Amino acid sequence: MGDTVVSVEQVSKRFRLYHEKYTSLKERVIHAGRVPYEDLWALRDVSFEVHEGETVGILGRNGSGKSTLLKCICGVLQPTSGRVVVRGKLSGLLELGAGFQQELSGRDNIYLNGSMLGMSKREIDRVFDDIVAFAELEQFIDNQVKFYSSGMYVRLGFAVAVNVDPDILVVDEVLAVGDERFQRKCMERIRQFQEEGRTILFVSHSPDQVRAICDRGVVLHNGAMVGLGAPGEMVRIFRETLLAADGPLRAEEAPAAGSAGAEPAGVPGGAAPEEAEAGPEAEPSAPAPASDGVEAGSPLRAGGPVRIREVQVRQPGAEDKPYLVTGGPLSVQVFYEAGEPVEGAVVSVEVRDANDGLLLRTDTAILDKPLDLPPGRGVVEVRFASFPFLDGTYTVAAGIANRLGGRLYDWREPACQFEVMYPGRGSGMVALPAEVLLEVEEQAGGPAAVAGAEAR
Amino acid sequence: MTTLGTTSVPAGAEEQPPAEEAPRPRRVRSDVVRVVSASKPVRERLLDIWQARELLVNMVRTEIRVKYKSSFLGLLWSLLSPAMTLGIYVLVFQVILKNGIPNFVIFLFSGLLLWNLFQTGVQTATGVVVANAGLVKRVAFPREILALAAIGSAGVFFFFQACVMVIFMVALDAPPAWHLLWLLVVAMVPLLVFASALAVLLASITVYLRDMQHLVEVIVGAAWFWACPIVYSFQESVASKLQHHGLEWVYFLNPVTPMVMTFQRVLYNRPGLVALTTPGHPQVHLLPSWGALTYLWMDAAVLGFSLLLFWVAMVVFGRLAGNFAEEL
Repeated sequence: MGDTVVSVEQVSKRFRLYHEKYTSLKERVIHAGRVPYEDLWALRDVSFEVHEGETVGILGRNGSGKSTLLKCICGVLQPTSGRVVVRGKLSGLLELGAGFQQELSGRDNIYLNGSMLGMSKREIDRVFDDIVAFAELEQFIDNQVKFYSSGMYVRLGFAVAVNVDPDILVVDEVLAVGDERFQRKCMERIRQFQEEGRTILFVSHSPDQVRAICDRGVVLHNGAMVGLGAPGEMVRIFRETLLAADGPLRAEEAPAAGSAGAEPAGVPGGAAPEEAEAGPEAEPSAPAPASDGVEAGSPLRAGGPVRIREVQVRQPGAEDKPYLVTGGPLSVQVFYEAGEPVEGAVVSVEVRDANDGLLLRTDTAILDKPLDLPPGRGVVEVRFASFPFLDGTYTVAAGIANRLGGRLYDWREPACQFEVMYPGRGSGMVALPAEVLLEVEEQAGGPAAVAGAEAR
Repeated sequence: MTTLGTTSVPAGAEEQPPAEEAPRPRRVRSDVVRVVSASKPVRERLLDIWQARELLVNMVRTEIRVKYKSSFLGLLWSLLSPAMTLGIYVLVFQVILKNGIPNFVIFLFSGLLLWNLFQTGVQTATGVVVANAGLVKRVAFPREILALAAIGSAGVFFFFQACVMVIFMVALDAPPAWHLLWLLVVAMVPLLVFASALAVLLASITVYLRDMQHLVEVIVGAAWFWACPIVYSFQESVASKLQHHGLEWVYFLNPVTPMVMTFQRVLYNRPGLVALTTPGHPQVHLLPSWGALTYLWMDAAVLGFSLLLFWVAMVVFGRLAGNFAEEL
């Protein structure tokens, strides 16, 4: 395509891991030709194109090759085979403040760093004040960088990189640094870049960030590209790679054992706004394809001690209606199947709106309800006394992890969706019980009156 | 070609008017295309270096600043250390060994000036990629710049020392060969190219063979120096012995020699018979009685060789540079 700015063409990168590293002449001679090594393919045959003005997020767990890919794109590493063609000026934020000289002042470092990123002195002169202002270092700009705090250091690094006026900005997880206010400022700048039609390549650990700002996503898994497309879809694939990563740790998937034991029942009643409940369940009468679940069996999904069979959303007392009514109770049922006893399982539930914005996330750990699942089938129900969402379609995602959240046993996204009907007349995203009070302090005619009305 | 332009470009971009009907502002200059691949031709990499010339200047400036920033005497050190060397050589060769060369300081300084540039440049460059590992691993720029910056900063110190040399010449009333001053430039070019070639070559090899640094220190710092006619005179001490065996040419296999001798010819400027200060005042030739053309040809030959070496160095560097980031 004519507007391709970054074209990654069958890029592979091999790292040679030597069991012992010989870097002296003597050792090289002694061990010539027989240094034991292993080949590690950090990237295998990755190809994709980034179009002008696009924001592409790169997802992948640790060691999946994300950073290697970015480094190849930036030119820090050269691919073993294949090539990357970059059209336009590229500025990489691989590590903020890389290339700063400790002994020099912030001012000198701006010039040094700027020229490293390909700017001429005249160009730097022009944006110098912007850089200093963005980094908020007006008072310290003539101090040596070695006296900077880590926050100041990072701010200066980011400020230089974004003021290079790049056509393509490559960001590698650097947004995780700095305090919240500065992070917001960075995100603002990135949004501004998007509006200006610049291309952004973005690596993040946070799927939500990718979902929020990217047009497309790329998922890497063990150096191979396993997904390329809409961010929501990519987040799902990314979660699956996380599950697959847990694979070797998992026990074999046991055949469906009979429902062995009953869980001690949860606290009954609706006193608590939300409550978790596990018990010998009412098995869903049918496999229920109606709830739009995603079928298990994607290539990346591996077996585990516990698996989500299905997720259902219902409104107690209104099961006959095809939609839920705002303000009524909401119950999310996660049907599971455990192959072995699972102690300290945590079931988490997310509700998203049509734009994939996260509206609600809670889990049984937050609700302080430890779950010990016996082998067999069961259902965990999370009940909300009422929900405020207005009309629309909402999706539910659910997952089961161990107590510390380190192992994700299963994750379904989207697990199911539901429609909401709002009988009232308000608009927006949520309906909250409200009442109106009028207090007239001074009235020309009659006595002061207090009016009260309730609106839903 | 793509239409350039955007709605709001921060200062710094020379953009043309925006394309009205474009759904999204296009801003990429389509002529800036960069290819990252396993092998990149030398010609393209030379172009990359040329485009990064401001970085080179900045790096040289940085290196000089950093070197002396927190030291008490600052830049003076860059003059003190060669001055010490000069002083010791004068003491040893003139006062103790009584070599009898008149105005020996000028003779010595004219060769040492050039040699200091060569030695500091090459020695610094040898370890420069390893020393800047953090940078190489994180920032993309033509890595050759690092080696070239080492030569560049040595060149700046060369300039400082040259100023001192001028002071010496004025003080000792030893004028140079005014009509041959242009030969200095002729000699500088091959020396810089030769030093750069070695710098680029050694910088890349050192990443894989770390003890290269020590090797270079020994070879360049000790052996090579004495193979150049800096503290002794070629014509007086070496020429007759080698001519005897017809081996004079072997001496000139050392690419630094022609440039050193060019400098001596211009700055020391005593091509004829010189009366030594030793008892009896014997008349000797300290410098060969060659014409300017001979020097020109010698330097041109070195330049040719250096360019070839530079190309080889670029090829080797290109092969090795791909793995710098993982090797460091």
